Order: sequence, then C-alpha cells, then structure tokens
Amino acid sequence: MVDATKESTRTELSTREWIRRNFDGRPIIETEDLSFYYGKDRALRGISLSVPLDGVTAIMEPSGCGKSTLLRAFNRMYELYHGARAEGRVTFLGQDLLKADPVALRRHIGMVFQRPNPFPKSIFENVAYGPRVHGMRKRSALKEIVESSLHRAALWDEVKDRLKDSAFSLSGGQQQRLCIARALAVRPEVLLMDEPCSALDPKATDKIEETTRELAEELTVVIVTHNLQQAGRVSDNVAVLLAGGELAEFGPTRSVFENPQDERVADYLCGRFG
Amino acid sequence: MIAKLGKDRGKRETAQAIAFSVLTLASLVAFFALALILYIIISKGVGALSWEFLSQLPRKGMTEGWIYPMILGSFYLTAGALVSALPFGIASAIWLAEYAGGGLWVRTIRIGVNTLAGVPSIVFGLLGLAFFVNVLGLGASLLSGAFTLGVLILPILIRASEEALRAVPNEFREGALALGATRWRAVRTVVLPTAIPGIMTGAILGIGRAIGETAPILFTAAAIYKTRLPDTLYETLTSRTMALPTHIFYMATENPRGWEAKDLQFGAALVLLGLVLIMNLGAVTWRARVRRRKEW
Repeated sequence: MVDATKESTRTELSTREWIRRNFDGRPIIETEDLSFYYGKDRALRGISLSVPLDGVTAIMEPSGCGKSTLLRAFNRMYELYHGARAEGRVTFLGQDLLKADPVALRRHIGMVFQRPNPFPKSIFENVAYGPRVHGMRKRSALKEIVESSLHRAALWDEVKDRLKDSAFSLSGGQQQRLCIARALAVRPEVLLMDEPCSALDPKATDKIEETTRELAEELTVVIVTHNLQQAGRVSDNVAVLLAGGELAEFGPTRSVFENPQDERVADYLCGRFG
Repeated sequence: MIAKLGKDRGKRETAQAIAFSVLTLASLVAFFALALILYIIISKGVGALSWEFLSQLPRKGMTEGWIYPMILGSFYLTAGALVSALPFGIASAIWLAEYAGGGLWVRTIRIGVNTLAGVPSIVFGLLGLAFFVNVLGLGASLLSGAFTLGVLILPILIRASEEALRAVPNEFREGALALGATRWRAVRTVVLPTAIPGIMTGAILGIGRAIGETAPILFTAAAIYKTRLPDTLYETLTSRTMALPTHIFYMATENPRGWEAKDLQFGAALVLLGLVLIMNLGAVTWRARVRRRKEW
C-alpha cells in the first residue's frame, strides 16, 4: 500500500531514509477519534494519538483489553475477531490504514504477540516464512536475511549451529526472540509488540527489553504493557488508557511519569489502582 | 439420634451393589459381543488360512481355492474411495473450519454432513446405482463402487479433518497473517501441515469403514465370481470386481454349494475382520503417537 517504500526496499535503512526525507517531523501512525467495538461493547473511545517515527511508544492501561485492541487496529488484526469494528481514522504515513489492503499493510507493520507463537517448523523456516510469503525464493538470499534477522533479535549466537532444529526446542525467551526475528525478516517499518514479556521470566524479559531498545534505532516500536517499570525502562513516549478505553494522557515518558496532567493517571502511577 | 445415622446403611449398600453390578454387566455385554465374534470367526476360519489362500485364485465355483482376487478387489475399491473422497473431504473441512463462520448456510451444510453419516449404507448403494452406474454411465464397475464408497466415507473424512484443523492453535494463524500472509497462504503453509496427522487418522478410519461395507458395492461393483484377474488397468477400473464382504455375502446366500466350503467363508471373514481391526488399531496408535509428540 505504501508505494513509495517499494522503490527503496533494498535495505531498511534506505526505506527509513526515504520516510525521514518525506515525513520528517510527522508521525508515522496517527489515529483520529478512533472508537472500537466488539459487538455492542466499546473497547476504545475517541482515541486521538500520534506515534512518532523515532523511539519506542508504550501503550499502558491498568486493566481491560483496550490497549491490545488499539495495537491490533494498527495492523488490522482485529478483523480476525468476530463482530469487531473500528470507527474513526488511522493513518500510516499519511494513508488511511483502515481502508488499505490488510495483507499489504502487514508487510510494513509487523507484530510480536503476548505468548511466543513460533510455527511448528525449524528455526530457519520460521524466520524465512515471511520473506517466502513475499516471494523470496533464492536460498542464498533467504539465508542472508535469516542470519541478519536473528542477529538483530540477538538470537544468532544461540541458534547458529541448530537452525534446522524445531523452534519448540528453544526456551520461552528464545522463542519470543525468534518471533521478533521472524517479524523483522519482512523488514517492517513498524514493530507492534503486544505485552511481549508477559509469559517470560525476568532474565528473558531483560533481554527482550534490551533488544527492543536496539531495534528502536532502526524502526518504530509500539509496545503494549501493563508493567509500569517496563514502560519506564523501554519507552520514549507513553500513552495511558483508562477504564472505558479512553486516552487519558499521551506524551514523553519522562514528563508523563514525573508530572502527569490527569489525576487518574497520577493515581495509577502511584499504584493507587490498577 | 446418633445411633440412627447408620440405620439404613445396609439398604443403601445393597442398592449400591446392585447398581454397580448392573452397570458392570451392561458394559461386559459389549465386550462379550466382540469376544464372541472374534472367537467364532477365528476358531472356524483359522484352519483355512494359508499363504495360498491369500495369494491365489478361487476354483470350482468357489468351493475350492482362494481369495486373492477378493483381497485385491477390496484394496482397489478402498484405495479408489479414499483417493476420490479425500480431496473433497479436506477441502470442505478447510471451508468449514477456516472460512465459513457460523451462518445459516453453514449450519445447514453441517447438518447435511452429519445426516449423511447416518444414512443407511444400502441407500448409498442405490445412490451409486442411480448416479454413478446409470447417470454418469460408468456401469457396474470398480470405479462406480469406489466412488460410492467415497461418498459413504466423506462425512468421516470431513469430520476428522475439521476437528484436526480446529485443534490447530489460533496463534499459528495469527502469526502467519501478521507477517502479511493471505488467509489461504496461512492455511496452506501452517495450518494444514499441522493438521495432517489428525486428517490421516480420519483417513485410516475411513478406510476401515469402506473396506467392510457390503451394500454400497453390491449393485455398483460386485461380481459374484470371476475366474481370472483383469489384464489391464482400464479393464480393472471398468469391469466388475470381486471383494471380500460381497464374497462372504454371496457364499452365505447365493451360492447353492456354499455350504461345501464353510471354512473358506470363515477364512474370508477372518481376513476381512483382521484388516478392519488393523486399520482401527493403526489409527488409534498413530493418533496416540502424534499426541505424545505434539510440541505446542
């Protein structure tokens, strides 16, 4: 859907450069008065929010399913759920994302899920899956992209000698990094992460957070978390949703954490609820 | 007061004991039925078993000789049924499990599939006679019989395949779609390969069912007696064939000299029973093995 990215897909850096040249200073994803319904239940109410091109944007919510829903609006994954419906506008690089072709869109906006979900295939085949879907056939090119993606997900050293092993032979944290590598292999401009550490132990969590920070140098990361400390550690900007799926506060993480404008957010940050 | 607590204990325990024995007996009936069948068939049929019995042609109006052509015919019929029905079975299962949702049309089709499973097999025989033999003009032939058996096992294949597809975790689908795969691509490359063992279990059960059916091939494919095997593939497919279940039926009812060869009949029944049991056991152990090996 983003024609302009086609002309420069050779490396993610040049795509990035193209975006910077044409969209510098403008948000990469923008929602305008976005409401969201599951049947008759409203999960999001009138959200207007801009995801900046650089850094990690965190979405926090003390409870409820609004934050995952918001994330799934960005790559249209919500359409898999029966009766789900979005109202309002979401743009990606200025184009209306809700009217785009979701299959093409997901090439540019990747996703990592709450629970590691590698395919029942080998480690290599997991990472090569996306490039294959997008028509890459040459073994050497696939090998190259699998290796570089595993490097970027900080998994290469642990798996380089066992690429043919089943993905399920990996530990939970490794599986999640494999899923990150799998998402990176299609060279997305945005990586959505839906509570990527919620099923992992603290050590694995550290590793994922570190990887996330590194990835933010090359692409836009949007991470959903219910963990205040995690949002504090990884994010540059933070959006806080409150009950009813309302956006209570959005801004640089530091200023939101130190000086929240909304009283309910202040309560939440002090641990008075949530 | 306290003393009364145990007052009708004896009565309660008698009731318990009676219920327990009745339930146990009822469950033993099923077991004994199987044991009886096995006993009769094995004790009377085992004498007929020999390598020649399995590997050579029948002679003298089938009162002497062997059942090789019947085994071969049953094999061809069953293989033909599976080959013709499996693509349809898997395709409809994919549609039902992955695409269809839950509308009225889908419910109707699902009820149809379930009803098809309950249709008496003689009705399938008549369907085969009317449609494959007459309308399609295939005549009474191995092809007509195989197709008729294919329709018969279709519900088994659809149900097993649909179950296998539904057992594939949704996370796999989401993972594939999130990478920009189309739905069909996700089904083809992730969901279906994951479901294959379950689908194969269904296929084996279908074979077990098809190989033992008599009525569907009675009018569509069965020959009472053929003295030679067909020479070409074309002749095999387009001519009538002998098969194990119909052979047993003809020997017991149609052949005036059938009683002269009682042990041969039981031998044929034993072979058929053995094949069905092997198929079912195979399906069960295969399924258990796949479940044990499952990693997610």
